[in-house]
Amino acid sequence: MSPALVVFLVIGTIAVASSILVVAMRNPVHSALFLLLTFLCVAILFVMKGAEFVGAVQVLVYAGGIMVLFLFVVMLINVRHLPDERVLSNFWKGGLLVGLAVFLLFFTMVRPGVFHDPVASDQALRTTYTYRHRKVHQPDGTVVRKLIRRGKVVGNSEAVGMALYTDYLVPFEVASLFLLVAMIGAIVIGKRELSAIEEENIPAYMLERSETEHEVKEAMSA
Amino acid sequence: MNWNDMIYILPEVILTIGASAMLLVPVTGGRGAKLSAKWMMIILLAITAGALIYCSHAVENIDQSRQLQAMFALDGFSIFFKLLFIGAIAMLVMLSEDFLAEGKYSPWEYYSLLGFALCGMMFMASGVHLITIYIGLELLSLSSYILAGFYKSELKSTEAAMKYFILGAVSSAILLYGISLIYGVCGSLNLLDIAAAMSTIVTNDALMFGIMLLGAGLCFKIAAVPFHVWTPDVYEGAPTPIAAFLSTGSKAAAFAIFARIFYTGLHDFHLEWNYVLATISALSMIIGNLAAITQDNVKRMLGYSSIAHAGYVLLGVISLNALGLRGILMYSVVYVFANLGIWATVLMLRRHQYAGERVDDFEGLSRRSPLWAFAMVIFLLSLGGIPPTAGFIGKYFLFAAAVQAGFGWLAVIAVLMSAVSMFYYLRLVVAMYLREGVEAEFAITTPLRIVAGICLVVTLALGIVPSSLIDQAVLSSSHVAAHAALTPHAGR
Amino acid sequence: MHGIDWVDVGLSVLKIAIVLGAMLNVTPIMVWVERRGSALIQDRPGPNRVGPFGLFQSFADAFKFILKEDMLPAKANKILYTIAPMFGLIPALTTIAVVPWGRPFTLPGGRLFEPIIANVNIGILLIFALASMGVYGIVMAGWASANKYSLFGGIRASAQMISYELSLTLAAVSVLLAAGSLSLTDVVWRQTGSFVLFNVIKLPAWNIFSPAMWMAFIVFFVSGFAETNRMPFDFAEADAELVAGYHTEYSSMKFALFFMSEYMAMATMSALVTTLFLGGWDIPWYTEPATWVGFALSVLSFVTKVSIILFIFVWVRWTIPRLKYDLLMKLGWKVFLPMAVVNIVIVALFIARGWL
Repeated sequence: MSPALVVFLVIGTIAVASSILVVAMRNPVHSALFLLLTFLCVAILFVMKGAEFVGAVQVLVYAGGIMVLFLFVVMLINVRHLPDERVLSNFWKGGLLVGLAVFLLFFTMVRPGVFHDPVASDQALRTTYTYRHRKVHQPDGTVVRKLIRRGKVVGNSEAVGMALYTDYLVPFEVASLFLLVAMIGAIVIGKRELSAIEEENIPAYMLERSETEHEVKEAMSA
Repeated sequence: MNWNDMIYILPEVILTIGASAMLLVPVTGGRGAKLSAKWMMIILLAITAGALIYCSHAVENIDQSRQLQAMFALDGFSIFFKLLFIGAIAMLVMLSEDFLAEGKYSPWEYYSLLGFALCGMMFMASGVHLITIYIGLELLSLSSYILAGFYKSELKSTEAAMKYFILGAVSSAILLYGISLIYGVCGSLNLLDIAAAMSTIVTNDALMFGIMLLGAGLCFKIAAVPFHVWTPDVYEGAPTPIAAFLSTGSKAAAFAIFARIFYTGLHDFHLEWNYVLATISALSMIIGNLAAITQDNVKRMLGYSSIAHAGYVLLGVISLNALGLRGILMYSVVYVFANLGIWATVLMLRRHQYAGERVDDFEGLSRRSPLWAFAMVIFLLSLGGIPPTAGFIGKYFLFAAAVQAGFGWLAVIAVLMSAVSMFYYLRLVVAMYLREGVEAEFAITTPLRIVAGICLVVTLALGIVPSSLIDQAVLSSSHVAAHAALTPHAGR
Repeated sequence: MHGIDWVDVGLSVLKIAIVLGAMLNVTPIMVWVERRGSALIQDRPGPNRVGPFGLFQSFADAFKFILKEDMLPAKANKILYTIAPMFGLIPALTTIAVVPWGRPFTLPGGRLFEPIIANVNIGILLIFALASMGVYGIVMAGWASANKYSLFGGIRASAQMISYELSLTLAAVSVLLAAGSLSLTDVVWRQTGSFVLFNVIKLPAWNIFSPAMWMAFIVFFVSGFAETNRMPFDFAEADAELVAGYHTEYSSMKFALFFMSEYMAMATMSALVTTLFLGGWDIPWYTEPATWVGFALSVLSFVTKVSIILFIFVWVRWTIPRLKYDLLMKLGWKVFLPMAVVNIVIVALFIARGWL
């Protein structure tokens, strides 16, 4: 066994085990921390496959940003008394069956040789192309402009950047629109209704204070 | 990418800027906030439509073969659907006015969310790359989730938004799984590249699995049968204008990507998927129509009927011939207009000052407003596919395509189920004409009248003089036809 | 096993030993500087009993920490309570690995000695990725202590660090744009040499002097204070309001670990500011020779700059009072974030016009 395989097996096992624990844990804080562990392991797997940019972004965005917000919310709710419900719902047998079926499908179908493989060569992942027109003399004497493509091997992050801002520019920008809509949605759902504010007719600073007091009380009593 | 390429996405850019600007108007306070959000939105839509038409001519002049980095195509097919979407959204803006006034909701956010949803739909219609299609779909879905939960104080609306969101997120994940497997096998996500790669592949389990997952995700979006359970609940709980949006514009966009993906990308493997889709289509028609019979709530009934209509449109995908593609284009138009008319009527219903949504609430409409009742009959006949309405033309093309492709049995089921559907559509007619309304009250307002009028004219005109629509559909589908081999049973 | 370059391994171990040694010694030195510095600012003698100028005070403190009783609150979550201090220390210790601390020079034998532990091409991304883990130590400690004050400290810390991490990262993006690379080695090399401003003054080509990037420097530096939970922004512990914040319940070595990680994070942040904006190991108006002399001089220059920044950290702590919490959030989101974004646009404009 090569060292890389050993590392993969260890990290992969931890990733799978901790992702199972995410759903198995009763305490949401523990679940969130195991999710963090899963993210970190996945980041290591990315780095092992030569995608260090994706690995770093995985840690930066998921582990460092999103998970902190999760923890923030979970801690604000501050679940101290845990519900006495069973961990498993009534549908666990069906769920297990479906999960196993999907796993088997993947296991039997996704095997070496099935995939068309541009990714296999590390080179392809790290190559960016520049396009340039060049005059070419034809055998019959005419001169035509021809598109020349030149590949250059660069760093991983540079290759990702080039791909995002050239070939995938349109979807990339639409994705930013998507995030904007998500933000609008959070504000629309979170903010008080116009009518409610008008009716109460309380000065804004009073509203703020009563809100924070309420929150503090809740956090204390929990 | 350079500035010349911007012409391809100019309408979307204008729409995005406009929708973002609408968010900022109330913040400026004072004079800006007094502007009418509705008219600003209508003007924005008009500018977008104008830009779209201008761009389509400009693009033909530039170079038709060049598409924006193989991501985005401005072809006849997409222009046809985009114009349909813009029209549908414009009518939804008219429908939404009363709803917003009643709840004292801020119209600016509502309309700008509608604008972003429209933007997502336009990207879906133009996407020739699975990433573009997926991102557009997500933009549309996210806006729809928010809009479905816009009734914040109403528990049902929140529940509908939650259900829609969770199921939608799961189906998006399934769709992505499918896309990633297809990428793994074909090495590209451009639909033409996928088609080229597939023509060299004999058989491949992972590819089959990918197509299956992709199909499952798409079937959720059009609410075809095994993935339909969310539809009646969401339609019932969501604010009525949004339910109208989900069942018309949003659904037509899903039809568009369904047609694009299967006609351009996956046609080489049709022997593998067409029987699966045929089963789904048959189930959708049967279950959708039978379940609709038992419903007393009109919104739920329309939900089930939209499931059945998804089944009809699937006929066009399964048949995979020129007739089928034209059928999809035409049926989308027909379905959108007839359905919008019915939703306008539902919006008008009142019971004890509250919005009515039961079949009984239609009682006495023929006495209160004979013209409106007549329009309603026309819409219902159009959905049922009875001549001389537009629905007949749409169904005729779809059924003929199925027969031509050798799916005669499916066409028979479709005809039978159309007959069944007339049963519950006629229940509404009976309520309108034959029952006495005890305390019939209808809130007939000018915007609703305008929408119903437009829908009536379109439905009747396309039914009596269908040639213009047929010509347009032939023209629009020919561009997609240039992409894919459209001969029946294009062999490997 | 063959193919392992043992000299290379030896050099790596040496580099790690140097950096780790320096980082571990930062805490005692800084504790002394902090206490003596605060005394200087407040016009009082400060600790002056143990050793000359109280220099051995830190050792006394260390012994005190080791000998104290290690308390475990009855309701605390034992596992998280124990690993939280360690979690806080890891990012503080690891991020320094990608910072170059001297000019490379050729060893006898033709081998190039690069004074950086890991010269990876995503250096700055790695730093931010690891630094973003720093908040977990505080949050976990706050939650696991089962104490209201600790919990508030943890919650405040998470909100604050997320807010300021954004402007910190965006400010660094300006520098990376100018350097055209994510590697910190490239960033430093780009800042060597000098340029003439307005045909008048000859300035070192450090980013702080660049007309395009001084704004990013301000954002980065101030956000750095917030990111390390230092004084004008030390809401996680705010002793007037929250007793001691997230480490209220901690004692003995566990508390000492928090203490150490705070000072190490400070040192790392100083090293980053130096590298990104102050030219790293570059000596102004002087071209270092590519020999061990140049190496030694450059290391000296780097250490000097880091020390000055560290002293500014102390100076600010004892001069500027703590902000109100809503002001802190406003400052982060409404001032620094737009400033950082605008600065990116400015730098992009400079690059597009060929001025940079």
